[in-house]
Amino acid sequence: MPAFLLEIGSEEIPAGMIAAAQTELAQRVEKLLTREWLATEALQVTSYSTPRRLAVLVEDLLPGQPDMQEEIVGPATKVAYKDGVPTPAAIAFAKKSGVEVSALKTIQNAKGEYVSATVHRRGRAAAEVLKDGLAAEIAGIYWPKSMYWRAGKPERFVRPVRWLVALLDQEILPLEFAGVTAGRASCGHRVLHGDVPVVVKTPQEYAQTLAAAYVEVDPAARRERIRKALDKATRQIAGARWREDEALVEIVTNLTEWPSVILGSFEREYLTLPDEILVTVMRGHQKYFALEDSEKKLLPNFLAVLNLEVDEAGAAVIRHGNERVLRARFNDARFFWDVDQKIPLVDRVEMLKSVTFQKDLGSYWDKTERNRAVARQIIDRFDPPLFDSEVKFNTFCAGVDQAALLAKADLTTEMVKEFTELQGVVGGLYARAQRLPDGVARAIHDHYKPASQEDTIPSLPAGSVVALADKISTIVDMFAIGLQPTGSKDPFALRRAGNGVVRILVEDDKLNDGLHLANVYLAAMQNTKAMEDADLRGAIYEFLLDRFEFYLREAAKVNPQVARAVRKAGTTGSDYEVDGRLIAYGKIAGFAKALDAQVGSPNVLAVAELLKRASNILRQAKEKEITYAQSPNEKYFQEDAEISLLEKVYKVDDGIHMMYADRKYSQVIDMIAELKEPLNQFFDSVMVMVEDTQLRDNRLALLARTVSVVRWAADFSELASIEKSVESF
Amino acid sequence: MASNSSVERKGPLTFQELLFQLQQFWASHGCILQQAYDVEVGAGTMSPETFLRVLGPKPFRVAYAQPSRRPADGRYGQNPNRLFKHTQLQVILKPPPENIQGLYLESLLAIGIDLRQHDVKFEEDNWESPTLGAWGIGWQVMLDGLEITQFTYFQQCGGIDLDPIAGEITYGLERIAAFLQDVDSIYDIVWAREPDTGKEVTYGEVRLAEEMQFSVYNFEKADVGKLWQHFRLYEEECQELLAGARALPEEAGTEARSRLPLLAAFDLCLKCSHLFNLLDARGAISVTERVGVIARIRALAVAVAKAYAAQQMVAAATRA
Repeated sequence: MPAFLLEIGSEEIPAGMIAAAQTELAQRVEKLLTREWLATEALQVTSYSTPRRLAVLVEDLLPGQPDMQEEIVGPATKVAYKDGVPTPAAIAFAKKSGVEVSALKTIQNAKGEYVSATVHRRGRAAAEVLKDGLAAEIAGIYWPKSMYWRAGKPERFVRPVRWLVALLDQEILPLEFAGVTAGRASCGHRVLHGDVPVVVKTPQEYAQTLAAAYVEVDPAARRERIRKALDKATRQIAGARWREDEALVEIVTNLTEWPSVILGSFEREYLTLPDEILVTVMRGHQKYFALEDSEKKLLPNFLAVLNLEVDEAGAAVIRHGNERVLRARFNDARFFWDVDQKIPLVDRVEMLKSVTFQKDLGSYWDKTERNRAVARQIIDRFDPPLFDSEVKFNTFCAGVDQAALLAKADLTTEMVKEFTELQGVVGGLYARAQRLPDGVARAIHDHYKPASQEDTIPSLPAGSVVALADKISTIVDMFAIGLQPTGSKDPFALRRAGNGVVRILVEDDKLNDGLHLANVYLAAMQNTKAMEDADLRGAIYEFLLDRFEFYLREAAKVNPQVARAVRKAGTTGSDYEVDGRLIAYGKIAGFAKALDAQVGSPNVLAVAELLKRASNILRQAKEKEITYAQSPNEKYFQEDAEISLLEKVYKVDDGIHMMYADRKYSQVIDMIAELKEPLNQFFDSVMVMVEDTQLRDNRLALLARTVSVVRWAADFSELASIEKSVESF
Repeated sequence: MASNSSVERKGPLTFQELLFQLQQFWASHGCILQQAYDVEVGAGTMSPETFLRVLGPKPFRVAYAQPSRRPADGRYGQNPNRLFKHTQLQVILKPPPENIQGLYLESLLAIGIDLRQHDVKFEEDNWESPTLGAWGIGWQVMLDGLEITQFTYFQQCGGIDLDPIAGEITYGLERIAAFLQDVDSIYDIVWAREPDTGKEVTYGEVRLAEEMQFSVYNFEKADVGKLWQHFRLYEEECQELLAGARALPEEAGTEARSRLPLLAAFDLCLKCSHLFNLLDARGAISVTERVGVIARIRALAVAVAKAYAAQQMVAAATRA
């Protein structure tokens, strides 16, 4: 079976775009082969990339498409023949299909009798199909940002394409893209190999041929090589370790074709700067790895990944150059630090009036005031309160307010202007340097947390409150001026803010179980126009619930239907009012996990089906605009099944809240499952939609009560069909 | 190290030799050598040699060293790495030749950088100037961890899509010189060395007073009221010239069109841009104003570019 190679040679592709493009190219080629009947069961697709190339190697494709017979349906028989004679329609169809009129057949399909033609298609050779099809695939690769470079702007690509290699076994496939015709000449490492063309003889020899020209085409191998080289260079210092940084390893893997590592050092005096700043300077600008000792304290050393292989003399020159640059960077950082201390954070708050937050929402000074107010609203909504003692409570409130007041002040510092990714962190460090209380400094430091799924949440409750206030008020205010995320567009990172809100609520157990999502959201609504706008309120709450569902699915790994079922736990159903008996989000997530574990059990599934049936009846009643009470009146009961159902509902309602509070989630689920028997009996012996409206409405009220008692924990009707979806996973 | 022994041995290039070498190199690759543009600009890109010449279809190659003034970057001569006025060696290749990256690397060789002993990387860095309605795609070129060049494929300029595009190579001369001479402060760079005596003149001797005095002016003394007055006067005059260009009837002859003083209009626009930078350094522009003022300058730049491109079209048609 033949093998095929395509290499696209480009000027340096941005490091962050390479991996996705490599994957996409491989998929595109594989899909093309499949679409064109050239794929076999044994088809093997391997892909490669470096800053200057994307490549895909396919083994075991078919040498050509199989010949094929195809049945083409033409006009209806009654149109094709008049009195047994072919009409012009039949003749045209035969001509179009490339068969004689006499070869037309008639077939019967769902729509009636039609003429058809059997067409023989001769399979094309793989070489021809690939030559014709690949240019469109190359052009189709998605780039976040692309350019044109040739006169007349015939095509766009991430950077100019300079060469193409396309081989089907030993043969060149002379496909064309961007004015370049493919051949077998590739390029080696710019410096180590030079301008001499690298001749690729066969697809299978690609990787080793390039390796001989100082290009490791396999990013996984480069990554491994870099990790080993980092380890090796680190061993020059006893007891040292390089600080793990997967994202940085990825970046340097995509910045090099033939990587090596050098160890450099800097003056010990710079270690007086905080770790965060040193690491950010090394990482962000210079892409250096930091070194630490066995106690995780930074060492005055760094590791630089080169795109070169050098002898000792060369390494010395390069080390010296890199050390020189780093020293200048550290000097800058120290300069910023010293200059920034001249104006304490508290005096910078006023300066925030000239830093725009958003043009319709005002400055960061306005944002600061808003955060302070919302933080206070959040604290007041804790139920139970965070502290029993008034003194502790007042101290906490004062700390939160001071942190909220100063949290954005670092946006005016030179340090944050230079290292924007250190916002918050710098504020926290400066707060400490300016001898503010440690709790305040940590709350400022943490208030952007969690910045990503991997990031931790704030370390103290005060930080969590400020972080919640900052995020939730941004979400509410952006929604209020119509800047909510749409589709893939989320320019203000509101989804990330929402994810942060949810994670803090779920994971910060120091918040004392006292805070429900709805309360956080109500805190931010207070005194805004969103409070009066029911649609807006609904949109924001649904958005937050979406984030919660996302969290359950992605972080807690809960079945999507379970996530859906608990989405509105602790609220009273369709509106967004909070049930008096709050449930903390940490508990809802705990319950979701327990439910996820038990959802396959027959009792749970059975009760889910029954509750769904109840919900359906209620929905139909609603559609008929029948109104009924929220609870049944026992004096209208006629059947034992009604009485026993209500008794069980009362028992469930009495029991589950306490069990929930004690985190006995499994018991909550078992208790809800106990509704199976009385519900079964009810549906067996009671007719709901009877003529007697009083009777009917009372039975509806009984079902409504049943459903709402359970829905407080989870909407079980969402779980009714879960078995199927579990199987199909 | 800039020591006495560097007289006998052929040491690294002086600042002016660095400039000579690069000019020589690019002249040998077909570039016109221009002098620096004599109106204040923030970057070599703003010189009409780049901003206007990249417009239209006519091929063009130029190189020039452009003193680039950024008032807010001044540090009174106190910071070893930051300057109010630095020197960019600007190279424009329109259209960019296929081997433009190779040519660039050769130019490094020409200034004594042996690539086998240095780590070179092209790292993504796209360039955008909202004030000029211009953007491009490219890299910062890193040499042993130091950013020495901005390499850009211009895509749009003055709001006009370029066809053909231009390749722009911008060397930061002070940085490169400090690197080659291995000095930690820009002010210690050897600017020139007397051939007979080996006596050195440093960058500090040539430029330190200027850095100090202009920092004082830019940050402390520039009269905000007058700066605004200047700004309005230049803006007004630029608009008048542009109005004149718009008023010219379609059927006006080639000569009338080629007489339109659009190059002068562009100078006036550059004046506004520099005044804006001064006002900014004085802290006289609030955030809300800022967007508006940038939009005003952009309006001038875009209008000049548009009128200039039209003028070139007429000229090209006449030649043909």
